[in-house]
Amino acid sequence: MTTLYERIGGEAAVDAAVDIFYRKVLSDDRVNGFFDDVDMDGQIAKQKGFLTMVFGGPNNYTGKDMREGHKHLVANGLNDSHVDAIIELLGETLKELGVADSDIAEIAGIANGARDDVLNR
Amino acid sequence: MTQLKFKDNVFTVSAGDTVLDTLLEQGHAIPNNCRAGACQSCVMQVTKGNVPENSQKGLKDSQKAKGFFLACSCTPKEDINIQLVDTEQLRISASVTEINKLSGDVVELKIKMTDAFEYHPGQYVTLWKDEHLGRSYSIASLPENGEDLCFHIRHVQDGQFSGWVHNELQVGDALSVQGPAGDCFYTSGNPEQNLLLIGTGTGLAPLYGIIHDALKQGHTGEIHLFHGAENPTGLYLTDELTKLAQQHSNFIYHPCVMNIEQSTVKNITEGDISKIALETVPQPKGWKSFLCGDENLVKALKKKIFLAGSNMNDIYADPFIQSK
Repeated sequence: MTTLYERIGGEAAVDAAVDIFYRKVLSDDRVNGFFDDVDMDGQIAKQKGFLTMVFGGPNNYTGKDMREGHKHLVANGLNDSHVDAIIELLGETLKELGVADSDIAEIAGIANGARDDVLNR
Repeated sequence: MTQLKFKDNVFTVSAGDTVLDTLLEQGHAIPNNCRAGACQSCVMQVTKGNVPENSQKGLKDSQKAKGFFLACSCTPKEDINIQLVDTEQLRISASVTEINKLSGDVVELKIKMTDAFEYHPGQYVTLWKDEHLGRSYSIASLPENGEDLCFHIRHVQDGQFSGWVHNELQVGDALSVQGPAGDCFYTSGNPEQNLLLIGTGTGLAPLYGIIHDALKQGHTGEIHLFHGAENPTGLYLTDELTKLAQQHSNFIYHPCVMNIEQSTVKNITEGDISKIALETVPQPKGWKSFLCGDENLVKALKKKIFLAGSNMNDIYADPFIQSK
């Protein structure tokens, strides 16, 4: 049986998705305020890590990293609506890339699983 | 808490501090300059333990193998023993062959290396006046034909190095060169790809090298150069670039200024260079971009060009960082 990560194309799928996803995030007024001052190259690397994780691929993310990495954003107002927006943009990205709806739902589920860690609660 | 051993002393590195921070706080004179991992002035060598990968970014593989790293970008994760690197291992001496005025505050400095020196036009080196005073400059010349290395040096107000170049340096004088570094250069393999080059001030230097390199290698895609300055006197090499555009139909030169005043430069456009460039090239998808010069402008442009559809991998940015 193939894993989700293998099914959607592994690392190549991450590479294909990262530019599209990051462009959507930076263009979306609901969430782009959180990305204003960050270094773009560093951010692309982080987005790749995030996509690898939600695609079910090999990653080193821990709940603690998620908490630490978003603490200052929560202090600046990061809440459920922003997580919803990110999951929505992720879904749009995957749809553009022709990923099956059932796989998109599974990926959204994994992303949703990180919600409490991201929001530090 | 990690510790570092240097010259038989052991120091504790405070959380988040770099090796450079720690040694400077302890009163050690460590050469340093940009403190952003670019100029490589603060190269040191680890003799025991490991340094994080990011502190070796931009160094040659042979240097990494020797344990060289940049003290300004090294936040050690384990205890390390370190030492300074003999600068003779890092620098090659050179002598000045020409100094020519390019504009009101920019000179072209040409130097001849005393030893073999390989580089790509558009990369940068750190030029050293002496053991302590060095600054990074982009290379505007081509390595072929044994041509001298060429730099565009703007006279920065109260600038120690640029002041020395503008006021004291003479043909025949010696200086030394460290590098090269940087990935802002032309690569062959996709001669039909369109190129978007945007630079302000002496950000023209690397772009000038890249354009000549591309044309020499038979690039057939369009090459658009946007060179910006506050006013027309800040532009330079305008005649050469206008002539180059007449000789090569795929090279298009767009001089841009904020205030046009009176200008003898043909086809000059007034306004914000980012806006002008993106109006001319509204869909940079599939293009390769090179962005050089003012740090804030380069950062903003990188984002704009990415949002306009370019792949991140196709954007090369070389922000000029002012020395601290």
